[in-house]
Amino acid sequence: MIYSVKQAFKQFFRNGAMSTASVFSITAILLILGFFFLLIVNVSNIVEGIRKDFDTIQVYLLESTEYAQADSMMKQIGNMPEVQELRYLPKEQALEDFKVRFGDKAYLLEMRQENPLPNSLIIKVGRIEDADTVVKRIRTFEGVEEINYYQETVDRLIRLTSFIQFGALAVILVLLVISVVVVSNTIKLMVLAREREISIMKYVGATNWFIRGPFLVEGILIGIVSAAISAGVIAFLYHKIIQVFGTDLLVMMSTGLVSERFMLNNLSVIFAALGISIGACGSIISMRRFLDT
Amino acid sequence: MIEYKNVTKTYGTNVGLDDVSIRIDKGDFVFLVGPSGAGKSTFIKLMLKEIKADSGSIVFDDLEITRLSNRGIPKLRRSIGIVFQDFRLLPKKTVYENVAFAMEIIHMSPKVVRKQVPQALSLVGISSKAAKYPDELSAGEQQRVAIARAIVNNPTVLIADEPTGNLDPDTAWEIMRLLEQINQRGTTIVMVTHARDIVNRMGRRVIAINEGRIMRDEKMGVYGSEEDENSHHMGMYRGGGYSIL
Ligand SMILES: Nc1ncnc2c1ncn2[C@@H]1O[C@H](COP(=O)(O)OP(=O)(O)OP(=O)(O)O)[C@@H](O)[C@H]1O
Ligand SMILES: [Mg+2]
Repeated sequence: MIYSVKQAFKQFFRNGAMSTASVFSITAILLILGFFFLLIVNVSNIVEGIRKDFDTIQVYLLESTEYAQADSMMKQIGNMPEVQELRYLPKEQALEDFKVRFGDKAYLLEMRQENPLPNSLIIKVGRIEDADTVVKRIRTFEGVEEINYYQETVDRLIRLTSFIQFGALAVILVLLVISVVVVSNTIKLMVLAREREISIMKYVGATNWFIRGPFLVEGILIGIVSAAISAGVIAFLYHKIIQVFGTDLLVMMSTGLVSERFMLNNLSVIFAALGISIGACGSIISMRRFLDT
Repeated sequence: MIEYKNVTKTYGTNVGLDDVSIRIDKGDFVFLVGPSGAGKSTFIKLMLKEIKADSGSIVFDDLEITRLSNRGIPKLRRSIGIVFQDFRLLPKKTVYENVAFAMEIIHMSPKVVRKQVPQALSLVGISSKAAKYPDELSAGEQQRVAIARAIVNNPTVLIADEPTGNLDPDTAWEIMRLLEQINQRGTTIVMVTHARDIVNRMGRRVIAINEGRIMRDEKMGVYGSEEDENSHHMGMYRGGGYSIL
């Protein structure tokens, strides 16, 4: 173990140019990978937010609908298994909400004497796919003026974002394969440079793991160094991105970008894991054929 | 202690060994002779499990080599020392380091290394060159270092594949004296050689192979005459130190 680490460091410096070159390539690859990672995480986060915002069904009641009628309606809706949450929104409250949300533009409504907003029922379904069934049933009720929901929009959005996520994931996989190849080529060169030594080691009875050890550590070293650099760069850039866009997005939607701290924690863990596995896979693959005999 | 029973090894259509059965006892000094392509290296590679036999069994002490899993190979090789015609020293390590290397890679403690390396170096008579690098040594001295490396872990068998092939006759004889000395300490020696005069003058056991088969096995043998062998063998020239390979 100690021998492996010592050898690996010696090698790292002895083959400085080679190691540095592969650290550069893998850092570059991991940078791109990191951006796709940011993309995936943020897209999922935004979609989650949108789902939350839009998984409600608004049932506007007729002006003529009595509270008692609304109450019996609520009992029926409350019995539907798909419904998760249900609440009655009186028009006064609706107006308040409106004022809060639109702030200075609320005067448009205030100018009118009467509250133009109707009483409504706000329904949340457990799964957005069930919204259709629920809506169909409510349509048959009396005293309903209009039903508002966004299933199609959300569906389309989810389809689009899952396409983005799938694409990003595919790119990430390809990048991972490329980086494993880069490491394995670097290690292969180092193995070839020490072929004689390795053949002697085998004749004297060194175990395969002992021979592999230094190269494995070497590969992992390359992986970790690249991962650390690229994680650092990405963290820095994300910090900048948050500074520029973070708050703007928050106005447009109720969820903004994923928080910096959360991203940093995950990024460092994931990149450390990636660095180690890229390095380990690369070096094991490159030595596999060599150690067969 | 080493026993081949009906061992056959082919490489596609080439015959490496053909139904070979032989026994080498502890403390033996064996010359393995035969023309080029006879199967000598095949014989040795099978013992080291560098290659696998097609059929038959090879037993080494209590180890059945032919049944050994890949994980058992390091243990096998630790009880076999090996010396090659081309020395195979590491050019960037000193004489001392080259020998110590063989102990370090099998996890011997530094204390044991410090004790045994000088002993091995002094046995092969090269103590004074311990701090030198291989390219500062003569061929004979390099072969001594290789022998020190091969015996430093006290193997029970020492295999030498044409150890004198690159040496002039006088140096070759010095190496033979050294091998004899190692043999007297109880180490079994199997030496592949094309050096007719060495085989004849040593008067040791000779196993002659040709086309994968054992032609002769004599207790105090000789290299053999031309008629025994393939017409295009090159033993005489190699014996003189003008080896092509
Ligand atoms: N890897 C291989 N692939 C195919 N044929 C091989 C291989 N190794 C050996 N052979 C064949 O097996 C036979 C025995 O070869 P081997 O190397 O054992 O001969 P040798 O006695 O050591 O010869 P030399 O004195 O030239 O070293 C030869 O016919 C050779 O061509
Ligand atoms: Mg040979």
